[in-house]
This record gives sequence, structure tokens and C-alpha cells, in this order.
Amino acid sequence: MSAVMKHRLFWPLVVLLALILLNTVSRPSFVRITVHDGRLYGSLIDILRNSAPLMLVALGMTLVIATRGIDLSVGAIMAVSGAVALTIIQDSGDPANPAVLAVAIGTAVGAGLVCGLWNGFLISVLGIQPIIATLVLMLAGRGIALLITGGFITTINSDPYKFMAQGYVLGLPFAFYVSLVAIAIVALIERRTALGMLTEAVGINPEASRLAGVRARGIIWGAYAASGLLAGFAGILYSSNIMAADANAAGLYIELDAILAVVLGGTSLAGGTFSIAGTVVGAFTIQTLKSTITFLGVPPAVTPVFMAAVVVVVVLVQSRRFRRFMGRLPARLRTWTSRTPDGAEAAS
Amino acid sequence: MENALPLVQVTGATVRFQSDTALDDVDFRMFAGEVHSLMGENGAGKSTLIKALTGALPLDAGVITLDGRTVQFATPHDAQLAGISTVYQEIDLLPNLTVAENIALGREPRGRLGSIDWPAMRRLAREALADLGLDIDPASVLATHPLAVQQLVAIARAISTDVKVLVLDEPTSSLDFDEVAELFRVIRELKSRGVAILFVSHFLDQVYEICDRITVLRNGRLVGEYLTTELLRIDLVQKMLGRSAAALAARPRLDGYEDPDPSVTLSARGVTVLPGIADADLDLVEGEVLGVAGLLGSGRSELARALTGVDRLEAGIIRIDGQATRLSSPRRALSVGVVYSSENRRTEGLIGELSVLENITLALQAQRGILRRIRSARQRELAASWVEALDIRPPDIDRPVGTLSGGNQQKVLLARLLALSPRVIVLDEPTRGIDVGAKVEIQNLVGELADTGLSVVFISAELEEVLRVGTRVAILQNGRVVDVLPSDGLTTDSLLALVARPEEDES
Ligand SMILES: Nc1ncnc2c1ncn2[C@@H]1O[C@H](COP(=O)(O)OP(=O)(O)OP(=O)(O)O)[C@@H](O)[C@H]1O
Ligand SMILES: [Mg+2]
Repeated sequence: MSAVMKHRLFWPLVVLLALILLNTVSRPSFVRITVHDGRLYGSLIDILRNSAPLMLVALGMTLVIATRGIDLSVGAIMAVSGAVALTIIQDSGDPANPAVLAVAIGTAVGAGLVCGLWNGFLISVLGIQPIIATLVLMLAGRGIALLITGGFITTINSDPYKFMAQGYVLGLPFAFYVSLVAIAIVALIERRTALGMLTEAVGINPEASRLAGVRARGIIWGAYAASGLLAGFAGILYSSNIMAADANAAGLYIELDAILAVVLGGTSLAGGTFSIAGTVVGAFTIQTLKSTITFLGVPPAVTPVFMAAVVVVVVLVQSRRFRRFMGRLPARLRTWTSRTPDGAEAAS
Repeated sequence: MENALPLVQVTGATVRFQSDTALDDVDFRMFAGEVHSLMGENGAGKSTLIKALTGALPLDAGVITLDGRTVQFATPHDAQLAGISTVYQEIDLLPNLTVAENIALGREPRGRLGSIDWPAMRRLAREALADLGLDIDPASVLATHPLAVQQLVAIARAISTDVKVLVLDEPTSSLDFDEVAELFRVIRELKSRGVAILFVSHFLDQVYEICDRITVLRNGRLVGEYLTTELLRIDLVQKMLGRSAAALAARPRLDGYEDPDPSVTLSARGVTVLPGIADADLDLVEGEVLGVAGLLGSGRSELARALTGVDRLEAGIIRIDGQATRLSSPRRALSVGVVYSSENRRTEGLIGELSVLENITLALQAQRGILRRIRSARQRELAASWVEALDIRPPDIDRPVGTLSGGNQQKVLLARLLALSPRVIVLDEPTRGIDVGAKVEIQNLVGELADTGLSVVFISAELEEVLRVGTRVAILQNGRVVDVLPSDGLTTDSLLALVARPEEDES
């Protein structure tokens, strides 16, 4: 039992299951899954579908955080990517043409990659602190997106494009497959090559890694590039969901959700050892939390407060120190109460 | 004194880390006005006992009394308030703050409005440093100073308060003789004021010079407590190691490689990296161990870093096998077989949270590149063979390297570099903090490596060791190699005279 509890995924999974349980108790229909025309429907399926953009962004964030960094620009990169894709599709006049879509998506994701490379350049070559370096694009990115769309919310009508966020394959949402593929590719690259271990080394001790001949600069640069690329894909999914490029709303605050997902998954913000599986669980947890909020009918005005409260509880539950503190609390209270009568207990 | 009550008494101290017991039912005591030494091999549990005594680690069992009262410290700060000042083996200062801030941290002098009184703080810091004979600017940032100075700052911090008990865990590991002398002067003064001092060191000479009483630990258990005057060195070593000291004989170097025309592996000409070294020349012959001796500040580490691509050369040229080679980065140097082991193994050597296995394979993997991952089975085999070859204890390759004792961490770092099959290895203080047994092992290992044709640069503040290991000794002064002599003709004293000799052409 204790071996199970020590597993690094134990507490993240407990939190996720507890959230699902809470929802089920308050409304049993939460776990109900129905089949229509061979497609699955239900709240859980919605979570799988809606979590896809967050999942992609959180995967990239995991790599960045592992190098001791942070990427605040992911939401803005999503806005840029959506704007690029939809502008190309709209300008083409042939929104259903697969070739047009391929060019649009390729260019949009490429734009995300370029944004990531820019961040990586500022951080690994110029040595600017990650939080400042990515703040630049966080602020400028939405402006760039607005420039691309000419200041409007670009909307399109393209069934194949819509399919990415809203379509179904083999009964499950297509977006969920996108998540799966991204998870698999990231996990494979990190753990089948030496990248994961070298990234952890750089995150824990950059100077020692450099002296051991690790290309610390390249690895850090690569992490931001990957984060930008994944945010680019997330931007496509987001714009496909609403069939519009909204420079102000796309990916708003997603950087915070992504950071939270990474932390919930047990990866330390101090960098170093990271867990892809943990991030996956963390992203599902955040998404479940969001649907819980809608579910419980929390008024929109107090949603942030509710969210914050839940996050505090969740993070505390996962904190080893807090658990130890709580575990010792009864004993402490006992010694306290036994001490109070005659002041401090004198040694014999 | 025997009748006096001990100032500190630890009974039945037990500390466990998960499944293994680092400290097992140990009794320990300290008297006021006495210098006490805790001795034991690497991993014997000295630091663990110190941490448990000073609130840095919780005791799983056992009682601590201070002045006859039972105490329980939740943090080192609590211990400090009770009069126990500690300098931990892993210096826990804040490198980004100034020297003065580090000394005063947590007890800054306050002005009338509760704001920090900066001039008073700097004055206090200056006094504390002057006590140790150290003249540095208290307003300078700590990280800009070499390790030895940082160590002295940590000691200054510990003695700048009213102490009843002063605990020093390997305080002299990076100090030179002069600094050690200053420290000993301070220790004697504190002792005369009735302070109880715990002094841990792997230098037997220092222990015998300053300590009144010795407690020996082995494998986390108490071996015994002895008066220094009643314990012969040879017996001490025997008690620490649990085997006879005869096994520690230095291994003689093979002769026979006295090649009439030995080939120069690495030659440096006019190497300059200001302010550390200026215009240094050096030739390193195949299969030799070149000892480097010099005072603190003579540029020992700077020379090592310049030779291995860690710091960029401002001037000068390095030839490998006669070929001018630009060592623009450690990576480049590693690729031509020139490797460096930093004196600062915690910040520039090991990746603390990664396992022994990952630490050993790190450099090799980095050389192969990201895509050519070493197969897991091969990694384990490789790591296990090095753990065995260097007798790294405990022999558990999956343990985070940060939980190993100091000496074993050093061996892991060596294993990482040796796994690259280098041609030139530059070792900066490789035996720092290493117990007597492991020290001889490492010295012997260096000799064996040289016998296989590896060229070794061996830097140490301990002249005796430089002489023992080195076939030749380079003498460093003010960032320049002023002389290279065969070690046969030298004694520790004559070498000391050489390194300390004032330069004629300088005031
Ligand atoms: N955080 C930790 N987790 C697990 N094991 C630990 C931890 N810290 C120390 N140990 C183990 O406890 C034992 C005692 O270590 P300790 O640091 O006290 O040795 P030491 O006598 O101070 O050695 P050295 O001379 O090398 O400093 C070692 O076997 C070490 O591996
Ligand atoms: Mg120790």
C-alpha cells in the first residue's frame, strides 16, 4: 500500500478521482455516457474533448518548466496561430479545400514555432529571465494577432476545419486523438532519446551540466520552441472550436491553467525532474474542475474565487510537508495541552 | 573535568532515511571549554549526527540535552537561539547576497524605525571577518569569492553571535594553512571562553592539533569516545575503518615508462584569463601526474578552468598532441579528451536530484548526443561497473546522488569523467572532504590511471598530497607557473617555501 502511495502519480490521481466523485455525487448524470449515431456523449467525453488545447499547452509548459523556465506567452501564441490560419482560409475563398487547410495549418503552426524560437533566443542566447522574455510576446502576441486579422474577429465556414475540434472518429472526439498523439510523441521523444534526462540535468544544475558537456543552451532553446509549436496547434484547435479567430479571447489565461496543470502533476516549478503522465492527469484535473464550476452553477462572478479555493486545497493535499504536518498534528496538540497547566515542561 | 556535567548530551540518537539507518543508537557528549572531534569514514554518519543535533534533521529516536535540559529543535534557527551555532558541511549561504548580509542574515541590526541599519551591519561583518584575519569588502557579493572565502564567511557568521556550542562540519576542507591557523586561533580563544566546539575534519593532523576528545563513528554506530592524548593515530584509523591501517599503503608508481622522449600530450603557452592567471606555460607529458601547488589566490582553479575550456582564454594557446586546439567550451574540451573535475562538486559537478546512474552516464550521453541514447541495460552495466571499480557506497545506482556522503559523491564525479576514457584529466581538489581510506584509494587510482597513459593534473591545497601523487610539481604564483620541479627532490617544507616565496619583481 505504501509503495502505491509513494508513487508520484498517486496524489494527482486521487485529486482527479475525488473531483469526479464530487461531481457524480452532486449530479449522478455526470458519469453517464450515452451513444448517438455511434458517437459517445457525456460530461466525461466533453472533458476529453475540451481539454485538448490545454493538454497541448501544458505538455510544452512541462518541458519549459523542467529547464527552470516558464512560458507566459502560450495564450498569445494561440491567438497568433488562430489568426494566421483563419486569415489564410478566409482569403483563399475556398475554405473547404484540403490544400488550403494544409497550408493554413502549416503556416499557423509554423508561426507558433517561430514565436517559440524567439522566446528561446531571448532566454538561451541573450540570457533574459524567462518570465520577462516571454512576457514580451504575451503582451505583443495579441497585438500581432489583431494586426493579422485587421482588427476584426475573423470567422470562417469550413467543415473540414470545424472537424478538428468538433468532429468524431471511432466514437470519440477527434480533438482527443490530437491530445493522445501529442502526449505519445512528447513522451517518446523525451524518454526514448536522452532528451528527458539531459533536460532534467540542465534544469537542476545548468552549470554542472555545461561542464559535463551538455548542450544546455540548445536544450533550453528547444524546450521553448516545442512550447511554441504545441501552442500553435492548440490555437488551431481553439479557433476550430469557435470557428473564429478572436485575438483577445483565444487562449486567455491558459498559461495559468497550464502552469497549474504541470504543478498538479507533480513537476516542481524549481525545474528538474518532470512527469509527462503527471501533466496529463493535471490537465484533466483542471478541465474537470472547470466543468465542475459550470456544473455546480457557480455564478461567473465568483468563479475565480472558487477556482482559487479549490486549487489551494488541491495543492495542499499534494504537499508532502503539509501532509506530514497534518499527520503530526494530533501528537502536537496532545503535547501542547499537557504542557499548558504548568507552563513549559521542565526536563527531568 | 571528568566530573563536570556535559554541556551537550545526546543519548540513543537514531536517524533513518526510508529503509536505511544512517545513525543507530548513538551516544555523544560535549563539555564546555573543550574541542571535540567526530571521526569516521565517508558516510559514517557524522553530518547526520550534526544535523540531528542542530535541528536540521528530525531524530527518529533519542534525546538531546543542553545544559541539563531536554531540548528539541525544529529548525537550525531554534538551535541557534539556544546558543548552538553551526557551519554545515554543505555551506548554506546565499550566493546572491553580499558578504555582510550573509553574516547578519536573520539577526540584522535594526535602526530606530525597525529598518536595517546598513552601516552597523557592515561594521559587524567587518569585525567578524577581521576576527578570522580576512580582509574583504563586506559589501561585495558572496558568489564573487572563491570557495575558501565563502567557507570563512560561513564560519564568521557562526561565531558572530553569542555561542555556547560551535559546530563546524569540515570547516577546513578548502582552506590553506594560513587560514587554518587563523581559524585555530579563533577556536582556541572560544575554547578559553568556555565554548564547546565540535570540529569535524578528515585531516588527522588538524584533529590532533586542536582536539581534546574524539568520538568515532562507523556505519552509523558509535565505536567509542577517547581522549586525543590517549589515542594513537594508527588506532584511530583502525577504529574508523574497522580494518587495519596497513591496507592503506600508498601504492608505488610503476617505473618503466621513463620514456627517453616522452610525448607531450597537452602544452599551454601564455595562457591568460584575467584576473586569475596571466601568461601561464605548462607542458603535460603522457602518463604523468603533474601536481600543482600554490597558495590560495595563486590561480590554481583558474588554471584548471583555462586548460579545460571552462573559461575562455583571453590570450595564449593550447596544443594537444602538438596541434593548436581551441577549447571554446567544456563540450569541445571533452570531445578531444580533456576533462575537468571542479573543486566545487555540489554546484559545478553533480546533479543532486538525479541518480548515481544518471550522474555517471551524463557526460558520456552528452557526448553521444540526444538521439543516440545509451540503452538502459548498457547504462546500468556501465554505472554498476564504475560503482564497483571505485567502491562507491552504498552500491545503489538508483539513489539520488545528493544523498550520498561527500566522499562517495566525489567518486561518482570521477566515474563520470573516467567513463569518457579521457586523455587528460584535470582534478581540482579531488580528495577534498574525503576520508583517510578513500583518499589513499583515490590517490592510488590516479597513479593507476597515469600508468595506463592518462595525463593527470592534480591540484590540491595539501602539499603533502601533491608531492605524494605528482611525478612533477608545478609551482603557481600570482597566476603564473614559476617553476616545474620533479617531486622526488622536494619535501613538504621545501615546497611550502617555494609556493610562499615572495616574488622578487613585485613589491
Ligand atoms: N537525505 C538523505 N537520504 C538518504 N540517505 C542519506 C541522506 N543523507 C545522508 N544519507 C546517508 O546517511 C549516511 C551518513 O551520511 P553522512 O552525510 O552523515 O556521512 P558523513 O559521516 O558526514 O560522511 P562524509 O565524511 O562523507 O561527510 C550515508 O550512508 C548517506 O548515504
Ligand atoms: Mg559529512
